[in-house]
Amino acid sequence: MDLLYKIFLDPFVQMGTAPDLLVQTLWEGLVGGVLYALIALGFVLIFKASGVFNFAQGIMVVFAALTLVGLNERGVPAFLALALTVVVMLVLAVAVERLVLRPLVNQSDIILFMATFGITYFLIGFGELVFGGNPKIMIARELYLPTGAVEFKTLGGFVSLQKLDIAAAIIASLMVAILAVFFQKTRIGRALRAVADSHKAALSVGISLDQIWVIVWFTAGIVALATGIMWGARSEVSFALQIIALKALPVLILGGFTSIPGAIVGGLIIGIGEKLGEFYWGPLLGSGIESWLAYVIALGFLVFRPQGLFGEKIIERI
Amino acid sequence: MLYREAGQYKTSYAADMAVFPILQDRIGIAVILAVAFIVIPATGNAFLLNAIMIPFLVFSLAAIGLNLLTGYTGLLSLGTGAFMGVGAYACYKLTTAFPNVSVLVWILASGFFSAAVGVLFGLPSLRIKGFYLAVATLAAQFFLQWCFIRIPWLFNYSVSGALEVPLRTSFGVAVTGPNATPLTRYFVVLSIVTLMTWLASNLVRGRIGRMWMAVRDMDIAAELIGIRLLRTKLLAFAVSSFYCGVAGAMMVFLWYGGAEADVFAIDQSFQILFMIIIGGLGTLIGSFFGAALIFILPILLRAVPETLGLPIHPATVEHLTFMILGSLIVIFLIAEPNGLARLWQIAKQKLRVWPFPY
Repeated sequence: MDLLYKIFLDPFVQMGTAPDLLVQTLWEGLVGGVLYALIALGFVLIFKASGVFNFAQGIMVVFAALTLVGLNERGVPAFLALALTVVVMLVLAVAVERLVLRPLVNQSDIILFMATFGITYFLIGFGELVFGGNPKIMIARELYLPTGAVEFKTLGGFVSLQKLDIAAAIIASLMVAILAVFFQKTRIGRALRAVADSHKAALSVGISLDQIWVIVWFTAGIVALATGIMWGARSEVSFALQIIALKALPVLILGGFTSIPGAIVGGLIIGIGEKLGEFYWGPLLGSGIESWLAYVIALGFLVFRPQGLFGEKIIERI
Repeated sequence: MLYREAGQYKTSYAADMAVFPILQDRIGIAVILAVAFIVIPATGNAFLLNAIMIPFLVFSLAAIGLNLLTGYTGLLSLGTGAFMGVGAYACYKLTTAFPNVSVLVWILASGFFSAAVGVLFGLPSLRIKGFYLAVATLAAQFFLQWCFIRIPWLFNYSVSGALEVPLRTSFGVAVTGPNATPLTRYFVVLSIVTLMTWLASNLVRGRIGRMWMAVRDMDIAAELIGIRLLRTKLLAFAVSSFYCGVAGAMMVFLWYGGAEADVFAIDQSFQILFMIIIGGLGTLIGSFFGAALIFILPILLRAVPETLGLPIHPATVEHLTFMILGSLIVIFLIAEPNGLARLWQIAKQKLRVWPFPY
């Protein structure tokens, strides 16, 4: 009885009595969710266009951030370093397409998945070789990212928002908006959607798959760079960051592998659910449930909607 | 020239369905077993047994386990590490609770606990498949790993939170614990792996294996011809987790001699997955090839600069190893997406028709 009370009532009582804490927790969940959503976005872009489940997205985030900081350390001005990093991501996209995707075209999904592991290993080794394995501080100030916190009084308490988090949320929303316009309005965006629908049909109307893949990997690289800057500024730039790629998987499951709005909504649900669970239900089970809660939430959704919230309905034919 | 089956007539169904229908294959497997059971123990030093042969065999068994699930039944799993952990922790609890029963019994019995957990986490596989299922098994991976750290009962409330393998003897010989010689442990591992490989090879050739393969090729079609999907998929999860559990128990009891929860982290799951993909999905021999390549290749790569006398910093060697390993994975996949087992098959075919091309 006591346990039932603790599980089903007590957390809500706590939420009711201290709404400021609830708001704070929700906000933190939201910010975490935005960053998950950004990583998931990189996954979705590549999965839609090339059917590759890109495990390397996590290391791409680290690699992009590391390149930026590493170049700055070597005396390149911050914004020039940013531009150079974009160039590096373009080179990476071209290299991946030429050396990995093109020779492996038409292979089964699991082989391509495995190939992205190869890319991951290569980038880990390369990144550590060139920039060293030590954690680095993100050059937040040089990039004019705001620091400090805004505090305001509300609901009988203080809620404090990091300015950086606000900036992250704004940049993420901007990025999603730009991507949405890019996909809906431009020629290349239309070509991307055509490729996502059907490779063969896209080829038959004269869309170059190779080109599309480079563009998609490059876009994913840019998304990775933005994620890396934001996440790096919140903590630090280190190889431990790549583990967040695994956190993006439940987000993908929730939203569906092929849906951009799904990635966003899924990211927010997972981010908020994780923080609420950890804060209100965590003490019951011993802390650290954050490590698996996201997967269990996703699993719960999956049993009822196997294709995710926004995924295309899976129709199987014999 | 030597490898030719001309003149070997099969006069009964039993002969036709033998695992090794060709005489040369039977000689080959006998030679391999003789090397493994006689030559290596007789000539190998403690380093070879401890650092190469025992881990290689343990990983091979885990790879066979995952291959039964992913290669034969087509269910992608990223929870191998955790299932290995269940085996290890179950074995630890059993042998500390019943110290008088031989630890060999418990190593094998721990597989059943792992199988039970595997079935539990395999339940979603009826509704979801492909990468979606992979994420479901990730839930198992992270949840179980969390249990290994947070439930002190599992490691007998030891302060360090680690498993420490106690001394256990079997027939008067120390099998586990600090006093066990590498040779004893090698023989135990080798015997278990040989036995379980033999079982697996018969399993996949029989009715169950065919059911699994039918489900892999297309599960709806399999259902239409009367295969019960839930049972088949859960059986695959059970058998696969059993193998992984035994491998995990052997890893802690016969190789490491002690372990923390980190050993069963996600990296372990990925490593086993590499092994079966590089080795060849849906082949038993591929599990061995893959385990050899993925486990031994980094060891060799690290040893290269030292043997050549190149003055490279150890950290740099480590980074280069990562880069080379990553490139090799991609190169292997491009050269032969069906894995090393396929290369082996091609080589055998070439030998059979030599000197003609086909």
